[in-house]
Amino acid sequence: MAREIGPVWVFVEQCGGNVLPVSYELVGKGRELADELGTSLEAVLLGDSVTGLAGELFRGGVDRLYVGDDVLLKYYQPEMYVPMIVDLARERKPEIFLVGSTACGKELAPLVAARLKTGISAHCIDLALDGNRLLEQIIPAYGGLISIVCPEMRPQMATIAKGVFALPGPAGRHGTGELVELAVPQAEPMKTELLEVVYEEAAGLTLDSAATIVAGGAGAKDAAGWRMVEVLADELGAALGATRPPVDEGWIELDRMIGQSGKMVTPDFYIGVGLSGELQHMVGIVGAKLMVAINNDPKAPVFDQVDYGLVDDCQEFLPVLIAKIRQFKQGKTAA
Amino acid sequence: MNVRKIVVCVKAVPDPKRASEIRIDPRTKTLTRADVPLVINQLDRHAMEAALKLAGEVGAEVTAISMGPPPAAAVLKECLAMGAGRAVLLSDRSFAGADAYATAYTLAKGIEVDGMPDLVVCGMSSSDGSTEWVAPELSVFLDCPVVTGVIGLEATGNAGLKVSARLDNGYRVVKVNGGPVVLAVTRELNTPRNISFSGIIKARKKEVAIWNLERLGIAAAAVGQDGSPTIISGMRVAESTRKVQMIEGTREAKAEELVRLLAAAGVL
Ligand SMILES: Cc1cc2nc3c(=O)[nH]c(=O)nc-3n(C[C@H](O)[C@H](O)[C@H](O)COP(=O)(O)OP(=O)(O)OC[C@H]3O[C@@H](n4cnc5c(N)ncnc54)[C@H](O)[C@@H]3O)c2cc1C
Repeated sequence: MAREIGPVWVFVEQCGGNVLPVSYELVGKGRELADELGTSLEAVLLGDSVTGLAGELFRGGVDRLYVGDDVLLKYYQPEMYVPMIVDLARERKPEIFLVGSTACGKELAPLVAARLKTGISAHCIDLALDGNRLLEQIIPAYGGLISIVCPEMRPQMATIAKGVFALPGPAGRHGTGELVELAVPQAEPMKTELLEVVYEEAAGLTLDSAATIVAGGAGAKDAAGWRMVEVLADELGAALGATRPPVDEGWIELDRMIGQSGKMVTPDFYIGVGLSGELQHMVGIVGAKLMVAINNDPKAPVFDQVDYGLVDDCQEFLPVLIAKIRQFKQGKTAA
Repeated sequence: MNVRKIVVCVKAVPDPKRASEIRIDPRTKTLTRADVPLVINQLDRHAMEAALKLAGEVGAEVTAISMGPPPAAAVLKECLAMGAGRAVLLSDRSFAGADAYATAYTLAKGIEVDGMPDLVVCGMSSSDGSTEWVAPELSVFLDCPVVTGVIGLEATGNAGLKVSARLDNGYRVVKVNGGPVVLAVTRELNTPRNISFSGIIKARKKEVAIWNLERLGIAAAAVGQDGSPTIISGMRVAESTRKVQMIEGTREAKAEELVRLLAAAGVL
């Protein structure tokens, strides 16, 4: 028996009245999935003075936009946001619901999923429809890729990081869509109270738009070894990135981690130092133009995934490399 | 808000230093078996520390709880040695194959059977699954609020708890007016204490309680693989599209060649 297929949903996250890039990317992917399923694309946007963002979302391919526009919704607060989304989902019965892997998205999505008694996968690196028209949610694991599906419950939910999907083309499928205003529930006394939101400037060159990235791994060995990776990045004017072990060791902050559960980046030039080439890291950097790996193990899997490989002990090699780079730069200024 | 009882959820994970021994077999498309030892999930040590520190300040009792196979009891022993008063392992064949949803449900039932706490502390993610779903889903099953990404925690007497939590470009400060509440903590929050010798001696005298499905009084269909909305439908090996060219020679020569590449690409 053919079941009626509900809409594809995207949660549109805004910050300070601007739609986050990841939400636009998901609108693009959501449009594709909706077309393939022969259903509509709906988006949910909550915020303060955000109705004006509708036009751009319609141009990106949204058929119907639910907007909750109220000062109470200015910032993400789970006790406000989650019930609104859950109630609407119960009514609209979306087939698929995509949410960006942001700090808020990662908290909101499982809260919605558990209330709807449905499944949710984390940090997908691709989405597709399988032979049964189920959403195949692809994540790297155990050195390969695994597909996760949610066969029975709806919506099929997934979180996706910025940079996994492209922004929708300049000419989205539709020029216009339908705007539906959501009633904002009365402010009830909440169990949690948002006292303050503090924005901080990121320190150092950010990974997001960096043309050159130096990423270090467990092979840096210790804080002193890590320092050399930092110096290399400095000398090259590169943004510094990492695999997970340096974050676990406390050599670097979590927001510098590249990969499945970190950042997806696309520099022109990438140097990976002392990292094994574990897929969870590599999926975050596959879009790089030119890739170089330095590792002391000639059999390290990373050497199957880069353009240039260099076998050496990074503790010994980096000081020599850094000296050569300085020499080269001096030669250039002298010339 | 009086914090009298704190529960910490901990997970026994394959030692992350050896986790890469568990692989997809390219031929059979199944997982190769490897005897990787179980250790405490690193972030759960930060969760333990947060609970013990707060418990010391307000005079609360700390219980460590885990869902896992019988060997996971060793990880709970470690929690007892860190300073937990009690430890409970939820263990039953029927719990196997649980996704985050079924895991959170089972933990919630264990917590309820033990008696509702004022505070539940979890590590933000586990090194093996890394979904970050368990704490929020647990809060839904316990019908209480959650704050994830916790980087600061302060008891403000009767006024409740003041919690700071990471955002992508900063942080938020949230006041929790009443318990219970679930917190998912990051490594930024604290430095976990080392286990003292006296802690080990004390832990030796304590038992890890083991509770099965029957003890939790729940249906087998609601736990483990049967209770999981998501399933793994396929596995494949990833293929790279790049073809590597090795840079060889003496250390000096290799460095020079790399500098040449960097210059040619316009980096230098
Ligand atoms: C669900 C999940 C999500 C994850 N998400 C991410 C993610 O987003 N990003 C991420 O990075 N990881 C992630 N991980 C972790 C990932 O699986 C790997 O554990 C991690 O990427 C390995 O980091 P590494 O390559 O630095 O360390 P290792 O795998 O330990 O490799 C270290 C490498 O350094 C080399 N080496 C050692 N000494 C030297 C030396 N002196 N000189 C040169 N080379 C040396 C070794 O040969 C080895 O190849 C995730 C894991 C899971 C389970």
